[in-house]
Amino acid sequence: MTQTTTLDRVPRGASVRVVAVDGGDAIARRLDDLGLRAGVTVEVLRRAPLGDPTVFELHGYQLCLRQSESGRVRVESRNGDGA
Amino acid sequence: MSATALDPGATVFGLLGSPNAGKTTLFNALTGLRARVGNYPGVTVERREARLDLGGGEATLIDLPGTYGLEPISADEAVVGDVLEGRIEGAPQPEALIVVADACSLSRTLPFIGESLLLGRPVCVVLTMLDELAARGGVIDLPRLEAALGVPVVGVVGHRGRGLDALRHLLSDPAEWSAPAVLPPSDRAERAGWAASIAETVIDQAPARHALTERIDRIVLHPLWGSLLFAFVMITFFQLIFSAAGPAMDWIDGAIGGLGEVARATLPAGWMADLVADGLIAGVGSVVIFLPQIVILFSLLYLLEDVGYMARAAFVIDRVMGRIGLEGRSFVALLSSYACAVPGIMATRTIPSPRDRLVTILVAPLMTCSARLPVYALLISAFVPERAVLGPIGLQGLVLLGLYVGGAAAALGVAALFKKTLVPGDGLPFAMELPTYRWPTLRVWATQVYESAWAFLRRAGTIILLASLLLWVLLTFPRVEAPPDMDAQAAASYALERSIAGRLGHAIEPAIAPLGFDWKIGVGLVSSLAAREILVATLAQIYAAEQSDEEAGGASLREALRSDLRPDGTPVFDPPTVGALLVFFVFALQCTSTIAIIKRETNSWRWPAFAFGYLFVLAYVASFATHRVIGALA
Repeated sequence: MTQTTTLDRVPRGASVRVVAVDGGDAIARRLDDLGLRAGVTVEVLRRAPLGDPTVFELHGYQLCLRQSESGRVRVESRNGDGA
Repeated sequence: MSATALDPGATVFGLLGSPNAGKTTLFNALTGLRARVGNYPGVTVERREARLDLGGGEATLIDLPGTYGLEPISADEAVVGDVLEGRIEGAPQPEALIVVADACSLSRTLPFIGESLLLGRPVCVVLTMLDELAARGGVIDLPRLEAALGVPVVGVVGHRGRGLDALRHLLSDPAEWSAPAVLPPSDRAERAGWAASIAETVIDQAPARHALTERIDRIVLHPLWGSLLFAFVMITFFQLIFSAAGPAMDWIDGAIGGLGEVARATLPAGWMADLVADGLIAGVGSVVIFLPQIVILFSLLYLLEDVGYMARAAFVIDRVMGRIGLEGRSFVALLSSYACAVPGIMATRTIPSPRDRLVTILVAPLMTCSARLPVYALLISAFVPERAVLGPIGLQGLVLLGLYVGGAAAALGVAALFKKTLVPGDGLPFAMELPTYRWPTLRVWATQVYESAWAFLRRAGTIILLASLLLWVLLTFPRVEAPPDMDAQAAASYALERSIAGRLGHAIEPAIAPLGFDWKIGVGLVSSLAAREILVATLAQIYAAEQSDEEAGGASLREALRSDLRPDGTPVFDPPTVGALLVFFVFALQCTSTIAIIKRETNSWRWPAFAFGYLFVLAYVASFATHRVIGALA
């Protein structure tokens, strides 16, 4: 069973797989350009001292996003994919 | 492929890539110090172009603004597309494209590379950071990548100059570049699939996490240690700009003064000698005096940037700045503005979002700069009683603190307002890369500092020089002979009252009377447009007071201000007027150098005019209100 959630709710240290980015607008396009595309693995590295933003690792680089953006990224846990 | 005939060695190249891909480092490595830096019309996006010597002829290299994709999501990003389509007047249209990609995050950038292949122009791909890729154990098969894309691929280490010869050779004849047999899909989702399949073929081993970066970040981004380090770095940064520049500035001040003396001694007495000594030499001095702060600021700023700390600092403070609609990097610019708004506004160059950058530029003059301190010191020491309020905390200190806090609060409030009204964002997402830590390269670092200092001298320096010459004319002409029985101080006061500035002071008196200001303060306001602290010297001249101790507001000037009476016998500097004058200086943009640097950084007179206007209105209204409130209380 895979569990679907949004990227902002993934606990620190966990690794997830992107399912889709919500909304077909400019922000969704930008997140796509930043590499948040279906099937891409994202790891939650650490949160800022005040809780937001958060650093993620994907495609071999580190990206900070605020909750308002990471909340649009739907992800699934990686343990259910049989890989 | 493109039907354009490409002249070998004289091609216009466009450098395309994401913000952290090493594009600018590559640009500098290829062109040396020959970049022409400017702005694209209407936006605060920097425009960099340079001649490129390829041995056989002169080509042009355009450093396009960093972007993650070719579909713009804001007016500022649309610049890239406009340049590519040749829609910007005076900007040459790139005939061939160099797409720069960070080798470590190649899989992210492949769709962007695909997008650029669809532009129908010769394309070559430059993979940067090959050293980091190797250090992280990553392996990319370059020949296979070249075959998969169908265009030439060159690997470089830009800051070490490796791979540049091969790239130069490639650039010398773009007509020979291979073109893809089949173009990538134009549909975004299909192109993602195309990119994923290429990534699978060419990336033999994805790079592991950079071990050293991970170890450093465990401390630097730790909730407690990271916050303490942030505070330490920022305090040190501010302290160095604020105080380390002091001796150099004093030295320049002394040298300019000495030079003026020499000119006076050499030239026959008269207005020619005055022009050279007080106009020209002092004018040049008013430009050069900024150099120590600017050089120190950019040395530190680029050091923090090149090492990789700037993005981390922005990450730590982002939540706070996010509240007012700005982002972490604005913090550094606003902090620098506590020393001086000129370097502070120049520091906004590190803010990636042009909207955030513009708003930060517009509110930076509200931060209490060091030039306000002599004005505050004079007025507070003359008129605020030295009374203990709470233990060791005195009333004078509290008033000074209030002025500092008032300025900062106004800056944050206005920034939040402007973000909502002036540049209502279509919700540009905040997305920032945290680069891998790396040792700075002396050459790259020195180039950046040199370019910034030179840009200041060339672009803002001329405006500052002209403005200080103009103010000298206003304060000097028409030349009126004082009655022979007057002493030197009284004669200077007599001449100043009859100068254009003196007449202006009289002329604006009705307008400033509601604030409690008379014509003498009016002259002070006119002359302090050159720099705020000039108010003290001007008042000293008008009141014919000794200027020996003007920095601290000499005792004789304080006495003269206190004893000046209106025709009805009440003091000119009564509490409402002093309060109004202090508040006026919290807000008003009394600084031609700041106006000049805003012009230089936004490349238009619109924004400096707007900043001057809104700050003047704010100053006038706040001053008026202060005058009324204190008047009612007293």
